[in-house]
Order: sequence, then structure tokens, then C-alpha cells
Amino acid sequence: MDVLAILIPVTLFLGLLGLGAFFWTLRKGQYEDPEGDARRILNDDYDDRPKRDDE
Amino acid sequence: MTEALRPPPSGCPACAVAPAAEQAARVDTGARLLLSLPTIHCAGCISAVERGLAAHPGVRSARVNLTLKRVSVDADPQVTAADIAAALDRLGFEAHELDAGLLSQTETDRQGRDLLMRLGVAGFALMNIMLLSVGVWSGADGATRDLFHMISGAIALPTIAFAGQPFFRGAWSALRGGRLGMDVPISLGIVLAAAISVYETFNSGAHAYFDAAVMLTFFLLVGRYLDHRARALARSAAQELAALEVPRALRLRDGTEETVAISALAVGDLVRVRPGGRVPVDGVVTEGRSEVDRSLLTGETLPVVTAPGAQLSAGEVNLTGPLTVRVTAAGRDSSLHRMADLVAAAESARTRYTTLADRAARAYAPTIPLLSLGAFFVWMWISGGDLRLSINVAIATLIITCPCALGLAVPAVVTAASGRLFRKGLLIKDGTALERLAEVDTVVFDKTGTLTMGTPVPDNLDAHPEDALRVALALADGSSHPLARALAGALRARGLTPAAIEDPREAPGYGVQGLWQGQEVRLGRAGWVGATHAATTGAYLSLGEATHSFTFTDALRPGAEDVVAALKAQGKAVWLISGDVAPAVAAMAARLGIAHWQAGALPQDKAARIAALQADGHKVLMVGDGLNDTVALSAAHVSISPASALDAARAASDMVLLGRDIGPIADAVRTARVSVRRIRENFWQSGLYNAVFVPLALLGLCTPLWAAVAMSLSSITVSLNALRLK
Repeated sequence: MDVLAILIPVTLFLGLLGLGAFFWTLRKGQYEDPEGDARRILNDDYDDRPKRDDE
Repeated sequence: MTEALRPPPSGCPACAVAPAAEQAARVDTGARLLLSLPTIHCAGCISAVERGLAAHPGVRSARVNLTLKRVSVDADPQVTAADIAAALDRLGFEAHELDAGLLSQTETDRQGRDLLMRLGVAGFALMNIMLLSVGVWSGADGATRDLFHMISGAIALPTIAFAGQPFFRGAWSALRGGRLGMDVPISLGIVLAAAISVYETFNSGAHAYFDAAVMLTFFLLVGRYLDHRARALARSAAQELAALEVPRALRLRDGTEETVAISALAVGDLVRVRPGGRVPVDGVVTEGRSEVDRSLLTGETLPVVTAPGAQLSAGEVNLTGPLTVRVTAAGRDSSLHRMADLVAAAESARTRYTTLADRAARAYAPTIPLLSLGAFFVWMWISGGDLRLSINVAIATLIITCPCALGLAVPAVVTAASGRLFRKGLLIKDGTALERLAEVDTVVFDKTGTLTMGTPVPDNLDAHPEDALRVALALADGSSHPLARALAGALRARGLTPAAIEDPREAPGYGVQGLWQGQEVRLGRAGWVGATHAATTGAYLSLGEATHSFTFTDALRPGAEDVVAALKAQGKAVWLISGDVAPAVAAMAARLGIAHWQAGALPQDKAARIAALQADGHKVLMVGDGLNDTVALSAAHVSISPASALDAARAASDMVLLGRDIGPIADAVRTARVSVRRIRENFWQSGLYNAVFVPLALLGLCTPLWAAVAMSLSSITVSLNALRLK
């Protein structure tokens, strides 16, 4: 059961990482237009990098 | 004057009708424009709109939001929303101007983000706790189990303290108000589950309910978030389609024009009304000849000729020539304000609607604590005073009965249904509108602007030679009169080019004249042109000796025939009540197959008819667009107005049709019925889970594993059932 000493911190760390990523997306306003974002992948207007809202 | 009718954030129609003086001070920032695009639906539309607008001079950038069906445009100050709307129209997209100032309040939706953040925290905590719980369920024992419980607790307690706050706050305010809302049993369940779990963990007990407490928080937050989304959408809808004009008037003083707020006008002031402008006050014309469009106030299709001495009411649109008006009533005394009083009276007469969720909560809220309290005492008696066992059973009961699925039952269905209706072009402004719409058995339509487009269309163009048509086109181009514009539009659509006309001039109140091949030509009223007046709506053209008459009909709104037929097929009684003259209303009723109609109805008459229908036990859906409909719209059980309606009418109604097509109404009624059925099914489903698991809990057989299974299964089935609506 010694492996738990490694695995539990790892799961907690990964969980926090995910939560941090979620906060980041939330703050960047990535949930403002879910439907449009789903369709925009079909456009090839700005393929090399994501278009920023403030550009 | 529409500008004074802007719906306030509260969405209260009575306040909306009243001229809002404070808004006069609002300055237009100009740079950022928002437009509603009811017809966009695909990736192709997004790039067409964004590319098309980027090519428009003065536009710096354009960004489409497909979820909200809006485009936000960053442009130079001289570019107006009307320019953008015209550009979009050329691209083939219907566009309406939105008020960016009002919308910015909903755009930065702090509360929604806050809920989403709590939801995220609860979700990630739940995942980690579940990993540990699976270990416990599959047989972790002794020190390992205690360690797992402790780690779960270390994650769960801060999570609950943070993510559960919306429920704790709700419960606290309910308790202070002496009520027992849904939040009280929910908070009780979460807090007690966490407390007993802490106790069990430190006494190395077998069962800890940290996972259940966090799961409960998570699923209830999902429901709360969906509910908030629906409400936020409703709020923004109330503000959405405000006109961009500012409530100002041109006051004449010592021969010079000055722009003042409408609230600053006094009786006796002289006001200049330019062609195309709205009359800001009630008054008498002192100078100028023109025609005014009263359709939004009275439902009359035809413009009315005005000359010095004519009475004007606030809200009418001046069409052809400039007018000088002496103010007879401003502010509180104006006809607009009297309308506001009527709306307020109708609003207060409408009883507060009790939703299905309210009724369910009322039945449920006291049951849960009582049941678990009962379980506690019975087990105390059976076990001979084993406090720990009894508390465990009581808390298991509390967790199992906690209305996880119940919290999702309504919001999940409402979200699915309003999403479906939004895609069809119908915006729901009021959260309870869907339930009320499901009960409707009588539908009352207004005529002008609702069943018709409110714009005339020439119907006898084929009867005239091409020369006459080309001259008519050239002359019609010189006027902003609705008949002239309709004529010009229809002729252009036939591919005709205007004839060369010299010296075209508009004679306000009469028509347009000019010289064509050396002879005088006139387009306008029968008497002025020298033609004999026909019975129908018309414009007349004189070409030297010959005269031609153009007759017009009001174009039906797309989908009008279908919607009436569909509603009749659904077994609804359909009424047509209009302020227009009897022959026009009768013809429309006959054309659409509407058996019940009433013509020449004043605003009070419309409301009285609806009140009479409702007194007979009918549930009335009112569909209308004019100021004369606002009272009826607020008096009806549920109401819908088209996007082209006056702000006051939109503010008074529960739903707004975004596109030109009126067809979605029949579908909305059907969708509303289906959603209410789904909500009922959801209640039964969550009740069924309780019927199965509550006895288990009462018998003391319910472990945290069973609680987790019951909660997630019921939440998922309820959500799936709601998704069937799509």
C-alpha cells in the first residue's frame, strides 16, 4: 500500500491542475459562445492561432 | 418617442411606457455596436457576417456570438447601427439594433460566473472524493479507510463551505423570513451529512457521507446554474431590442431649434417634428402639412393627412413634411402616460402565477426534515437509545430524500425548451411563460404589424404600361411616404430602372411631382393628381392626360396562414381584434379563416374583451405589437410580440419573436405543452426514486454507495428526459 503515498498526492495535484485550467478558461470568457465556437472550427479564417476578442 | 418607451432593467411595462427622463442624459459612446441577428445558424453565416462587416468602411472588427445570435461591431463613431443593419440586409441577414449600454449589464454576468466557478470547484472535488470513495466501497478497511475518509473530508469541507454558499444564503434568508423554502432542507442535508461524516471519520466509523454531500452540492448547483441562465436570458431579453433613439425633442424658441429632453417640455411650447421622426408629445399642428402614421397606436394601416389644427398624439410617426406642433400635454398628462396607467392597472390585476416548481417545493420542503426526524425517533426507540445509529439512519434518509432530481427537474426542461425555441426565433422573457403558454386555449391576434407586416404592397402593377411604371419609380424614389417606398421597392424588384425626371419636388401631404419628357407628372393623392378616388388604398399617377391608379394591400407576415391553421388544428379558439376599420379586419379574418373578429377596438376594448374571455375560464394568449396592444398584452394570461413591435409592447409581453416569421408561435404552444409534460414526468421520476430508496434508508440499509447511486441515477434520468425536447 506504499504506492498510495505517491498516488494520492498525484491525484490531488492533477485535480487541482484541472481546476486551475477551468478557472483560466472561465476568466478568459471561453463559455460565452459555446455554439459559435463549435461551428468556428469549420472556418479556416484564422487557422494558425486563435482569434482574440480584443484584437 | 419610442426612445421614451425603452424597457427598463426591471422589465416592468408600466414604467416602460412612461417617458424616462433620466435616460435622456445617457450619452451614446458610438464605438461599439450590438445587433441582433435572428436568422444566423451556421459556420457559413458567421464568416459571411464577419467578412462582410470587416469589408464595410469604418468597421474595425466584428465578432459574431452564435449562442446569443448577436454581432458586436467595433467601428468608427460616424458608423451607425443603421448603416450596419443595412449592410447586413444586403448580405441577406435580418438585423435589429440593440442597445449596447443596457446590454453591458447582462454581458458581464458576474452572478453566472460565480455560480459556474462554484460548480467547477464542486465538480473537481467530487471527482477526487469519488476516487477515494470507490476505494472504500471496494473494500478498503481499517487505517486505509480512515485515511481515505480523512482526505475526502479535507477536500469536502472547504468545497462545501465555498460551493454551498448559494444554498446557505437562500436558507438563511428563508428562515429569517419565517418561510421553509427548498434551500432549508438542502442546506440541512449538506451540513448534517458533513458533520456526521466528520464524527464518523474520527471514530473510525464504516460510513462517511462526504461524497454524498459534495454530490448533492454539485447536482443542485447544476440546477441552480441552468435556472440562472434561463433568468439571465430573460433579463437580457427584456433589455435586448431597445431602440437606439434618445428621448429628445426639437424645441422652437425665438425662431431657433434647440434639442431638449422631453421631460423639459411644457404645455404651450412649440416643437418641430421632422419627416421620419416620432411625435414626442400630444399637441396641435400649427404649421406644415404632412401625413402621420398612427399604425402603432391605433392599428390603422393608412397614413392620416395632417394640416394646421390637427391633433397629434405622442408616438405617431411624421412621414412627409416638417411639422410644427404646439404642446397640449406633456409628461404625466400625455396620452402615453394614460396608457401607462392602464398597463399598470392590468398588471396588478394579473395574479401571481404559482409554478409547478413552487407547488412541488411547497409539498416537499416540510416532508424531508419531518421524515428524517421521524426516522431518528423510531430508531432511538427500536435500538433502545443508540444515538449514533439513529443519527446515521436519520441522515441517510435526509440525503436520499434531498431533492437532487427535483432541483434539476424544472431548470433542465426549461433550458432545453427555451434553447429549442430560441433556435426557432422566439425569445422567452419570463421564466414562468412556458408553463402559462401550455395552458392556453384561446389565441388573440392583433392585425396590423402582427398578422401583417404593417407595410403595404402594390398588387396591380401588371395593369400599367412600362413607361408609367418607370415614371412612378422615379417619382416614388423622391418620397419617404410608406406607399411610395413600397411602390419603389416592388418596382425595383421587377428589375425596372427609373425614368429621367427633371425637377422632382415633394408636396408634403399630397405627393411628388416632376417633369418627364417636357410634361408634368405627379404621383400622390387622387384629388391632387386629378384621378377619381378608388375604394381601396391607393396612390395615383398622372402622365399628362392619362391617370393610373396603384392599389395596395398589406402584406401578410410570413407564416401567418400556417400559424392560424396550426393553432386551429391544435383546438385553440382564434380571435382577431384590431383597431382598424371593419372591412379591412373582416377581409383579413376571412382570408385566414378566423371566425371571431372585432374591428375598431380601442386599447380598453381589447383588454376588456380579453378580460371577458378570461372571466369565462379561458386562458388567453395575446399576440400584438402596437402601443394600443400593451394593455391587452399585460392583461392576457401570456403574451407574445414581434421584434418590430414598440418597446412598450415588447416589455409588456412574455416572449418576443425575433424574426419576421410568425410561424414559431404554433410551435411554441406545442413545445410549451410538451415541456410541462416533461416537468411532470421528472417530478414523478424523482418521486419514484424516493419511493424505492427511502424505505431502504428508513430500514437503515442505505450505505453511502446507495445514496450516490440513487442521486446520480435520478439526476441523469431527469436530465436525459429533459433533453428529449431537443
